[in-house]
Amino acid sequence: MDIQALHDVVHRSRDARRQQTLPKLSPAERDTLIKKFHPDHREAAYRPVSFGPNEGDLTVRELASVLEGDSVVPDDLSLTPHYEADVLVVGGGGAGCAAALHAHGQGAKVLLATKLRLGDSNSVMAQGGMQIAVAPNDSPVQHFLDTLKGGHMKNDHELLKTMVEEGPSIAKWLLELGVLFDRDDDGNLHVKKGGGSTKARLLTCSDYTGLEIMRVLKDEVLNQKIQLLEFAAAVELLSDEHGACTGAVFQDLDNKRFLVAAAKTVILATGGIGRLHIQGFPTSNHYGATGDGLALAYRIGAPLVQIDTFQYHPSGGVYPEQLVGQLVTEGIRSEGGHLVNGRGERFVNELDTRDVVSSSIIRECEEGRGVRMPTGRVGVWLDTPLLEAEHGEGTLDKHFPAMVRQYARYGVDIRKDPVLIYPTLHYQNGGVKIDVNGETSVKNLFVAGETSGGLHGRNRLMGNSLLDLMVFGKRSGLTVAGRVGTMSHGRLTLNHLQRFRIEAKKRRVTNQVTSPVVLPAYTEQP
Amino acid sequence: MTGSFDTEKAVSREEALQPQMVTVEIAGKSFRVPAGITLMKALWYTGHEVTRGAGCLGGFCGACATYYRTRDDPKVKTCLGCSHAVEDGMSFSFAPAFPARKATYDLNELENPKQDLFTLYPEAPLCRNCNACTEACPQQIDVREGVWKAVFGDFKAVSETFMDCVMCGMCVPVCIADIAPNLVGVYASRAYGVREMEKPPGLFDRIQAIADGRYNDDWERILKMSDDELQQTSATITS
Repeated sequence: MDIQALHDVVHRSRDARRQQTLPKLSPAERDTLIKKFHPDHREAAYRPVSFGPNEGDLTVRELASVLEGDSVVPDDLSLTPHYEADVLVVGGGGAGCAAALHAHGQGAKVLLATKLRLGDSNSVMAQGGMQIAVAPNDSPVQHFLDTLKGGHMKNDHELLKTMVEEGPSIAKWLLELGVLFDRDDDGNLHVKKGGGSTKARLLTCSDYTGLEIMRVLKDEVLNQKIQLLEFAAAVELLSDEHGACTGAVFQDLDNKRFLVAAAKTVILATGGIGRLHIQGFPTSNHYGATGDGLALAYRIGAPLVQIDTFQYHPSGGVYPEQLVGQLVTEGIRSEGGHLVNGRGERFVNELDTRDVVSSSIIRECEEGRGVRMPTGRVGVWLDTPLLEAEHGEGTLDKHFPAMVRQYARYGVDIRKDPVLIYPTLHYQNGGVKIDVNGETSVKNLFVAGETSGGLHGRNRLMGNSLLDLMVFGKRSGLTVAGRVGTMSHGRLTLNHLQRFRIEAKKRRVTNQVTSPVVLPAYTEQP
Repeated sequence: MTGSFDTEKAVSREEALQPQMVTVEIAGKSFRVPAGITLMKALWYTGHEVTRGAGCLGGFCGACATYYRTRDDPKVKTCLGCSHAVEDGMSFSFAPAFPARKATYDLNELENPKQDLFTLYPEAPLCRNCNACTEACPQQIDVREGVWKAVFGDFKAVSETFMDCVMCGMCVPVCIADIAPNLVGVYASRAYGVREMEKPPGLFDRIQAIADGRYNDDWERILKMSDDELQQTSATITS
């Protein structure tokens, strides 16, 4: 197959496309498109959860199994603690670091545990930026309304108002730590426009926003000498006789031993679920994104919300094969990049919300207007050379160095040729139900970041995740720090696990998987 | 495309169907793997349990720093194993965590960050210009230049040079002066942000406006609305 001939369709149609403006869809048109093509609406992929706090609620089969799964921890495990802390933070990504730094800053004794290394996360990959209403023509209220519209009006208003109002103070905190956001000539923070937003609101560090933030937060966690426990996976929470959370059991990934951590409060910041490959989708997520926090919180009795909705990012790599599922930054579309089908036509306003854009790409491919590569995979084009044509040569090198490098490794020059994309499993819209301080329905159990739910409604707006991590990481960290001074350690029991096991038996749940999953089972077995 | 990703297998059906197999050597042992898969996938494909050295799998976290050599080439190169494809005759080993020393500091307390560099990282000015760090960088950063800019106090230039740094640490073991260039880079870059960058005035105005309750009327109006009214309102706002 001549890939150049496929490229030529894009090159030849470029000038004509530049004259076009595509309208955004009306609410009714959006609904129709999404119901027909979005993976959230494939009934066969769903089933009700059979027992527990969300009994009867529909979710994808992969998650239902994980929620009903059994623990690796035996009922009679000795619970003599190996670690004691005021605050146990589980997860070393953006939310975990923000929580740990804020709790530590208030004098709490923090233990930060992660199953990979500090900083190995989805946060580090965030390229598009962080939405914060700082521009003069913008406001937190506008940010609230845009997010609500993107989330199909299903966002928790209180959580959302909290996030957008605290955004500017988060930008201040990160600047004070030395994060180098892009600036305008007048010294103000440069803002870019993101999909689904009415105002330019994305703060960026070229296309390395998450990397820059994580480099700084990791460095600061180390500077503050916060106690770390790496390569240890949380496999069960601990509860006292009243059901409050009192710590966690970890499994050391090297020697498989169980480690018990007693904590007055626990903050779960374990991130998302992409590596469960829901509905067989490839994913943009990191190696450890296996929904561990959901399983842990569920077994101890914390209800989840909106677990039937996931975000499929419009631009996952399709070709070359090494890049399948990996994210191609949304920034390209923010800066005017077109989506083009196999006939050289645009088919959606590229700055519409992620669910709309993804649904329209799936529509093009299912209706035969996609582009099939020699590998057998299908996608549509993202016209990257258009940015060089529109904004001058060197634009991609200057604004998208990470993406230029990402493709150059495999001999693809995105400055000269377009790239093929298809939706990739990117984000869990729902999660554990929390209040504005990140606390769940289980006392002293907090959740921050992607593991929590309610804030984003049925579709997260681009750039809202980095802000979510920081705001609710901070709030949970400050809240627990304010609480632990007057608390003593609770009893360490596995009562909730015993109850869960009895319930599973009573409901005759068979073929229970072990959860949390911890790492995907990619290793070929003999 | 749905369903084409077999979650039980490291290597997708499309990759496995490719007829061509290649021979690679992983940590000194020979294996046959499908042509063109990433080094990380080659580990999974050949039955290695991966708990160390894998992170974001997208080329950003630096966990999977790898040494490799191609057939008949004496030069040992570096790459990120999640983002590099196997070739026939290639030998590779994932790099172990290197025990580099990180200095600890409070950026606000430092008297003069440019001078303090020499206390925190006294080895930084001892660079002997061998350029091994630059050659070891899988991100093609001019690491040696970055270290010299830090030593000369041009922290702005350091921050630009190291913006692509994924902290894989491949520049550290090769340094004959025991410098950890990536850590010097983070220090200088943060010090530039904290101590040299001007404060963005618009941000502080906005924080003040929120504190002064300037949006309270809007909030009151919005939060009283029914879902239908909210939908109307958010549908009508445009840029």
